[in-house]
Amino acid sequence: MKIVVAIKQVPARDSLWRIASSGKWIEEADLSYEINEADAYALEAGLQLKEAHGGEVVALCAGPARVTQTIREALAKGADRAIHVEEDDPGALDPLATARLLAAALHSEAPDLVLTGLQSDDLGYGQTGAILAELLGLPHATIVMQVEKQDGGIRVKRELEDGWFQHVEMPLPALIAIQSGIGKLRYATLMGIKKAKTKQVRRVMAADLGVAGPEGAPAASVTIERLYLPERTKRAQLFEGNPREAAAQLVEKLRFEARVI
Amino acid sequence: MAPRHLEKVYAVEHALLEDYTPDAYTIALRQLLELAKPSIVLFPHTYQVLDFLPKLAASLGKVAVSGAISHRVDHGQLVLARQLFQGKVNADARFAGDAPHFASLQAGAYRADQLGPEGTPPGPEGTPESAPHPAAAVEKFAPRISPGDIRTRPLELFRESRQSLDLGAAEIIVSVGRGIKEAANIPLIEKLAEALGAELGASRPICDAGWLPMERQVGSSGQTVAPKMYMAIGISGAIQHLVGMKASRTVVAINKDPDAPIFEVADYGIVGDLFEVVPALVEALQRSK
Ligand SMILES: Cc1cc2nc3c(=O)[nH]c(=O)nc-3n(C[C@H](O)[C@H](O)[C@H](O)COP(=O)(O)OP(=O)(O)OC[C@H]3O[C@@H](n4cnc5c(N)ncnc54)[C@H](O)[C@@H]3O)c2cc1C
Repeated sequence: MKIVVAIKQVPARDSLWRIASSGKWIEEADLSYEINEADAYALEAGLQLKEAHGGEVVALCAGPARVTQTIREALAKGADRAIHVEEDDPGALDPLATARLLAAALHSEAPDLVLTGLQSDDLGYGQTGAILAELLGLPHATIVMQVEKQDGGIRVKRELEDGWFQHVEMPLPALIAIQSGIGKLRYATLMGIKKAKTKQVRRVMAADLGVAGPEGAPAASVTIERLYLPERTKRAQLFEGNPREAAAQLVEKLRFEARVI
Repeated sequence: MAPRHLEKVYAVEHALLEDYTPDAYTIALRQLLELAKPSIVLFPHTYQVLDFLPKLAASLGKVAVSGAISHRVDHGQLVLARQLFQGKVNADARFAGDAPHFASLQAGAYRADQLGPEGTPPGPEGTPESAPHPAAAVEKFAPRISPGDIRTRPLELFRESRQSLDLGAAEIIVSVGRGIKEAANIPLIEKLAEALGAELGASRPICDAGWLPMERQVGSSGQTVAPKMYMAIGISGAIQHLVGMKASRTVVAINKDPDAPIFEVADYGIVGDLFEVVPALVEALQRSK
């Protein structure tokens, strides 16, 4: 099975960040980056399928030069090769624009299965996978917690609300958007890290794909006007400072005011 | 469907829509859009909508504004707010280009009970401003779909049989999130739960990592709870977590980030490092026994 896994690099959860002076994105200089959480699980799902059924895992990542770090980590974990779509301003892309780049980059690949994460931790649209399926003309399922190969295709387990699940069958090729938690994430081994250095990374410039860039780009249907900190409507009584005192105050309140203990 | 404040209701009916598939829903809705020619199409931000709306919008060259939490009208144009970075930042989005435009609205962002009484359009602050509307006409719409259009085969819905724990019955729940850092630290929270006579709950990443079983997950994919007291420790308060616990009578949050969204739904909070606060809390509870 030839499996493509689309991965995105996002600002690390704990990194220091502020809104950029343009008001349209965040200040990138302050950030550290990591692989998007759901995408790490998508990669894991791809690697497990390859281990069970053979084939190849190709990591696909759009972003500026800094994403080479995330690509290298994917290769170290076991992806066989990678495609890097160089795009300098990923914050400016909406999920349709991103999916157009990814679809164009896959033009010569003809994968059996395309895996994406369900949702990114930065923009959080939760759409790139399903859009990519539409652009590639593939059947799809999202919020998937399990992928099994069977005769003539795959069977996936979709997560629904309130603890419900559903199995869905479909033929290959197909696209599956993976939900966090699909399997235990592996670490890269020393051997894996060594091997990664020799693996192939195909670089394509976004501008050469004929879908982005000021001229060729189809008009955006949604524009982000500004980023801002949400107004917090705090009604909580907060206790700060010395943990011992704060804890004692809280216990007092819970006992005599809220009367819950 | 209650024809509340609606001009018209389309009932889209076809045997192939009985079981949800993204292919059939996209085909049916595209045909309806051609007929109805709406300028804006709104959906609830449910898992099902998340599955087909991106495809529907993309098939028309559009992006949906997913998970919108509020709106305003600026110079006659709709501006939708949505969350970025898991609720740390908001962004205002505006539609560009030709209609139709698409958006999905986050659960809890709008409330039906804030509309005026049945049959009246909402005026300022929900006061009725004009005479009641007559009940909306319901028009049946039969899309053209053939079995060959549908590429996925949905099977029965099911629940995990393992799920034996009903958190809904607990009076007090102590929930732990990613702030706990590693599995080895979970006993710290267990100690607190014990001191409070509480059940242990968790946010999704804790269950994803297998540090606590899935059945303890609180939120849109897990259990919905409303105990007397819900204590969230090292949980940021993402919207998918909040929908599972915000009906709790008293909410307590312990988080080192004073801007964490969890404090918005909390009644009491301690801003601090859980590794210092939780032991202090256990001690204070034992002392006051
Ligand atoms: C379709 C879908 C369904 C989902 N369903 C659910 C669901 O059912 N339940 C659910 O919970 N999530 C669900 N999620 C995930 C959700 O979006 C969040 O990612 C998740 O809730 C975050 O968990 P968290 O708050 O534990 O982690 P984080 O968001 O990483 O927050 C960790 C918090 O810990 C704090 N912290 C760190 N260190 C310390 C310390 N030493 N002391 C004190 N505080 C500290 C940080 O300030 C931060 O606020 C779902 C997501 C999707 C897309």
